[in-house]
Amino acid sequence: MERFILFTVNGLTLGAIYASMALALVIIWRSTRVLNFAQGAQAAASAYIAWSVTDVTGSFWLGLAAALVGGAVLGVLVQQTVFRRAESMPPLNSAVVGVGLLILIEAALGMLFAVDETRTIGSAFSTKSYQAGSLPLVSPQDLFVVGAVTLTVVTLGLLLARTAVGLRMRAAAFAPQTARLMGVQVPLMLSLGWALAGVAGGLAAMLYTPTATELVPTVLDGLLVLGFTAAIVGGLDSLVGAVTGGLACGLALSYTSGYSQPDLLLPVAFLLLIGVLLARPQGLFSSSRTRKV
Amino acid sequence: MNRTLRSRASRAWARTATGIATTVTIAVTTTACGGAGGGSESAPGVTGDTIKIGSTQPLTGPVAPGYAKMSKAMAAYFNYVNDNGGVHGRSIDFVVEDDGYNPTKTAEKTRKLVLKDKVFALVGAFGTAPHTAVLDFIRQNKVPDLFPSSGSVSWNQPDIYPDTFGWQTDYIREGKVLASYVKENFAGKTVCAFGQGDDLGADGVKGVETVLGKDGLKASEAYTATNPDVKAQIGKLQASGCEVVVSFSSPGFTALALGTSAKLGFKAQWVVVSIGSDPVGLTGYLKDDAAALTNGLISSTFLPLPTDADNSWIKLFTTINNEYNEEQGLDSIVLYGYALAYSAVEALQAAGKDLTREGLLKVLGSGDLVGPGLTPFAFSADDHSGFIGTAMTRITDLKAEIISPVYVTDDGDGPVEKYDGVAPQAPKGGISK
Amino acid sequence: MRHDDTTTTEHPVLGSPARRLLTHSAVRNGLAAATVTAVGLLAVYTVDDFTVGSVAMLTAYACVAMGLTVLIGGNGQISLGHAALMAVGAYTMALFLEPRTTALREVPVLSVALALVLAVLVTLCVGLLIGLAAARLRGPYLAGATLSFGVAVPGLVTYFDHWFNGEQGLPVPPPDMPTALDNALWLPDRFVALIGVVAVGVTFFVLANVKRSAVGRHWAAVRDDEIAAQLCGLSIPREQVTAFAVSAATAGLGGAVLALFLQGVNPHSFDLRLSLGVLAAVVIGGLGSLRGAIWGSALVVFLQKVLADMDVDENLPSASYGLLLIVVMLAAPGGIQGLLSRLGDRLPRRSTHHQGDN
Repeated sequence: MERFILFTVNGLTLGAIYASMALALVIIWRSTRVLNFAQGAQAAASAYIAWSVTDVTGSFWLGLAAALVGGAVLGVLVQQTVFRRAESMPPLNSAVVGVGLLILIEAALGMLFAVDETRTIGSAFSTKSYQAGSLPLVSPQDLFVVGAVTLTVVTLGLLLARTAVGLRMRAAAFAPQTARLMGVQVPLMLSLGWALAGVAGGLAAMLYTPTATELVPTVLDGLLVLGFTAAIVGGLDSLVGAVTGGLACGLALSYTSGYSQPDLLLPVAFLLLIGVLLARPQGLFSSSRTRKV
Repeated sequence: MNRTLRSRASRAWARTATGIATTVTIAVTTTACGGAGGGSESAPGVTGDTIKIGSTQPLTGPVAPGYAKMSKAMAAYFNYVNDNGGVHGRSIDFVVEDDGYNPTKTAEKTRKLVLKDKVFALVGAFGTAPHTAVLDFIRQNKVPDLFPSSGSVSWNQPDIYPDTFGWQTDYIREGKVLASYVKENFAGKTVCAFGQGDDLGADGVKGVETVLGKDGLKASEAYTATNPDVKAQIGKLQASGCEVVVSFSSPGFTALALGTSAKLGFKAQWVVVSIGSDPVGLTGYLKDDAAALTNGLISSTFLPLPTDADNSWIKLFTTINNEYNEEQGLDSIVLYGYALAYSAVEALQAAGKDLTREGLLKVLGSGDLVGPGLTPFAFSADDHSGFIGTAMTRITDLKAEIISPVYVTDDGDGPVEKYDGVAPQAPKGGISK
Repeated sequence: MRHDDTTTTEHPVLGSPARRLLTHSAVRNGLAAATVTAVGLLAVYTVDDFTVGSVAMLTAYACVAMGLTVLIGGNGQISLGHAALMAVGAYTMALFLEPRTTALREVPVLSVALALVLAVLVTLCVGLLIGLAAARLRGPYLAGATLSFGVAVPGLVTYFDHWFNGEQGLPVPPPDMPTALDNALWLPDRFVALIGVVAVGVTFFVLANVKRSAVGRHWAAVRDDEIAAQLCGLSIPREQVTAFAVSAATAGLGGAVLALFLQGVNPHSFDLRLSLGVLAAVVIGGLGSLRGAIWGSALVVFLQKVLADMDVDENLPSASYGLLLIVVMLAAPGGIQGLLSRLGDRLPRRSTHHQGDN
């Protein structure tokens, strides 16, 4: 029982973090049809920004704010400089551009932040679990992780579904020509998508890094892969799908490494992905039904 | 043949011609890239006034933050030697290549050092898995391979790899020492193991089981260096009711294990391998929690402790460190670099003025090397292990202290025994004669 | 993922003039493959001991890249997990060769040849399995599935560590060289490069002919228009699975050559970076072009080498490599082969569209 609770809570918090990274990928996919391999490196850059701010000010929360803002700025920057040209290219080209950017950003971080120092990002709250009797349940940090991701998802969902800006964003993504004729500033809307993705990625970085040994440029490579898995499981087009996919991955992986072997983590992620995709080749929640031929 | 076809065919031939042209260009470029095969000296990498030695180290990538300072310390020591007359008048040219702890890159970079830079010897090449990948290459090229930075027992295979010599007390020996201490001081407690999924964990556990018996460990959990989530493993140790955990982990994973244990309310006595327990390193990871989490942690050491200010070696290396490596404090990784570089210079000095690779290997095999450690080396013609034992330590208030005599043993079934010898003193001037 | 269609494909139905062209092109492909091999051999016999190692790496990359370019450019499927297929080939090699090691830690050349064939066969089978799943998926979903497969294999290697020796990996003994080469003071690296060049030549010849054969045209038909291909009586899954399996087989061969060069296999060597590196080689070379795949591999292998030789901040080589990937992609979306054919098109033969390059 004790271990079941432990692995469930662990799975849900990890799942929330995967969901956050998946959200970043989904938002960019929706707005510009780019699979952004650089997202992990961008998020790592956000974490470095946060570390610098916290190092100077001593405040975790200022660091977190800096990570979110920094993530947004970086997202727009990356889109404006690199991806705007790549968006019109075949998907593979933009994928390779993303790979190039991933390598570039991680190397740049290595140059900017010398390896002499051990950098860590602390957790926002205590990681000691509340106990029910002798049974450890959840820790304040677990609640914070789940809460922060929930807040982000709900906000993004409302923004995209219920506001005029959200409508314009969707129009710009799905019918750019028509949207332009209707007076929507398509480029601005697309950039906004990249900014929002940057925020989600930055949040994922700030929630994940405290669980890692330390902050290094490649710290989020694994998270990118799992976020990608989650996004695909969820259907790549859907925010709900990203969250569902994230939680499914989180729980599956936590139970696997808990009850079986941590080595099987990625093999199980693959099985999950293949299982879902064989049943539903477009993921769980994809809205586009037609197979593009 | 109709017109379309003919034009197709001629285009096809034209393309083949382009193909030939382009591939020839590749070939020419490739040929131009390679320099001419060099040196006419009797020994590669040795000239009248220089000795070139090389090392592969992780300067980028996930393990770089913990270990990049090691090769800097080595370089600092070599600079000190060069400023003080060098090795028989020759100054040391130390080439460090970054392999990012990736065996493919290690293979490439080791080839660069040996075939392009033509180093005389490799010194302190980093990491168990990366360096294992080039042992055969080293054998084929007959390059002296001094002191890989790791305690894998693979370095001690003189029949297969006559050019490779270990340095650090190997993990089997250290596992045996840790286990016999546990056996003596925690009798009756449930003992478990936690370790890295390569030779560090495998050899270490082997050593522990040699002393405690095949069923001496209640549970044994491994982690993968690429996955920082160790809740599952710690959870299993907790569920098995472990009271003592012998841990063969890198500093980052020692920190993760301690942090995760605290989070889960798992209270056990941690007994950690020497390379995974540096208080300075652990403080870097655990920050404010470091003191509380590391208090009472037991470990061992084969070198004097960096905080032992009266020790002749520490005095020497502190002086050199202040002058040649200013930014850096003397923690155990830095000390490791200095001590290893000292041992390499000791071997080069002993090999004499007429430096040859055979001469260097002969000196190492003679067993005359003394070294800066707490124990002697095992070196002989048929043994290439380095130091043969360790002394136990305990961390209190972020400071490690030696709490036991020095124990020595072999990497087989031999007993763990107290070592009665006296640890060597640092030579005057800091360079062995 | 859709193919960037700068080239139009031949009609899937074989007419009799086309048949004549086929025999014709078999000769041409043989010549081209012979040229590639000859140039490779020239390199193996002339370059210095250090560079020959890079040639060996290049041949490993090229084998994989050629298979991948046929998969992506020729059949419209994508794989982000080819490093895992390379690992399959490499581990097959290690497991087969280790028991055949002599006292001198070498293996007979015949065993090496056998191991290479075995590596190709085993990877072909794994490719068939993965291909069966992949055939149901399209675009980013296929990308995600193959990526996930790619990162899963190292986990399996560490899980079954009594077979694969976990993170520590397995040694691959070097081949026992023919006496003539031994007398010429060849190092194993040079011999491995020689083997690699032969592997590239064979792969080139086979793939070039497959591309020109009915099979290749069926693949292309599926790439261009699945519905039309179906109407012509092709089984889409079958074409896709065979394409994936063939591509996997070359990846296995490349992985085996890489293992021979590295003299060992290790899960860390077959990570995501390798998959993405080979993909970059393919896209930079120009999708669908075998020669482009060799070009791209040369660029990826030698560029990193040259950059790493500059004595600067250890991160700079990697940064420049990343930057170059971006710039090349933005400046030449059709890759090197695209650039070359654009240059070629300036010549008088510009009037007609040419079809699938080698």
